[in-house]
Amino acid sequence: MFENYLPIAILAGVAVVLAILLMTLSRVLGPYRPNKTKLDPYESGMDPVGDAANRYSISFYLVAIAFIVFDVEVVFVYPWAVSYLDFGPGTLVSMIIFILELYVGLIYLIKKGALDWDLKKGMFN
Amino acid sequence: MEPVTTTSYIVLGIALFMLLNSAALAVYAERRVAAFIQNRWGPNRVGPYGLFQPIADVVKLLLKEDVTPARGFKTIHAIAPMIPVFTALMTVAVIPFGDGLYATDINSGVLYILAINSLGVYGITLGGWASNSKYSLLGGLRAAAQMISYELPMGLAVASCILFAGSLSFIDVVNSQEVWWNVIRNPIAAVIFIVTAFAEANRTPFDLPEAEHELVGGYHTEYSSMKFGMFFLAEYMHVVVGSMLITTFFFGGYHLPFAGLWLPEMGVTAKAILDVSVFVLKTVFFAFLFIWVRWTIPRFKYNQVMKLGWKRLLPISIFNFLGLAVIVYFWHHYIA
Repeated sequence: MFENYLPIAILAGVAVVLAILLMTLSRVLGPYRPNKTKLDPYESGMDPVGDAANRYSISFYLVAIAFIVFDVEVVFVYPWAVSYLDFGPGTLVSMIIFILELYVGLIYLIKKGALDWDLKKGMFN
Repeated sequence: MEPVTTTSYIVLGIALFMLLNSAALAVYAERRVAAFIQNRWGPNRVGPYGLFQPIADVVKLLLKEDVTPARGFKTIHAIAPMIPVFTALMTVAVIPFGDGLYATDINSGVLYILAINSLGVYGITLGGWASNSKYSLLGGLRAAAQMISYELPMGLAVASCILFAGSLSFIDVVNSQEVWWNVIRNPIAAVIFIVTAFAEANRTPFDLPEAEHELVGGYHTEYSSMKFGMFFLAEYMHVVVGSMLITTFFFGGYHLPFAGLWLPEMGVTAKAILDVSVFVLKTVFFAFLFIWVRWTIPRFKYNQVMKLGWKRLLPISIFNFLGLAVIVYFWHHYIA
């Protein structure tokens, strides 16, 4: 059973080697003449101001948190979808209830404005 | 699960070689199709019809200076462009190209593809973050939020295909479509999957992570030389891989329409040639669709992207999945 994963392991090895090879080639073949201006971050030709690690919108965090919840739902759905035909109607009903419960959560998120990225409407704008 | 044979390794080698070439060809095709749509010539100087243009591009990229920003995180900056290339290459292992023509058949193939696909977001986000530049960081953040948002409808669209296949192996997914393609049985999920495939590949109209009029180059602003080239090649490999997945999940893989009803028995070689040709033709069509859309539809605004993902596609895919689950259940138990 595990020997079916052998081609995948070989492919992973080839992919890593290929990626490193491409990168090393450009290091070896290309010139290397650094100076301070060249190594500065690009800010449309102006002198860079401050650090890039600045404050950014909380909405990105909210989306990530909401993603975890619904991704777990999707992961639960897969093994169920493979085998639910072998069981009685109870399996179907319980999955419908489970998904609808999470759907209520999605409606709550939307009503709260947690997924609103418009300027005036959002939860934190 | 079929055991791994010598054929598997030959198929793996050819598939890998063809995927690398197809990325170069996709770059060429994109420039020619773009030129055609915009009523100009496109690259036509290097080799016949400009066919050697991608080779010239790669040589040029290799000979350029590799700049790492002084304030950036150097190790992560170097690792980040490898990740999208890695994830794009890893997908060919489980895709069946013909009857018996696949590298390996694992009973968790669909989960494997989803897992590998979702790793791709790390490359772009880490690349944007490690550059320590404002444009890059914003591009990386946008990419992270967008790609995880569209993973949910994509996962549910794929799950509704699993209902018909009853297995997570790609071989079973394709064989379940021998008569009825999933696009006919399940058209809503097909549309959702195609839209999310565009978003996952960061292609227009979802190319917000590198929207050049607001973010310069987005996550690859600070990348040069082959490091940029790897992001670039990976984007086109993801176009090809996305086309392969659309074909496999919804357009019958290597099967002709309703092949189970009318296709006569054939010799092994003839069948293999037919299967691979059908698969490649479908893949090329969807790769062309990716390019066609890019040069036709303008870019969304970011709030529109998020609204489409969370408030439209996700509810539609949830109810599509539930509805199909109920229909398939009653069909299986009371009619068939």
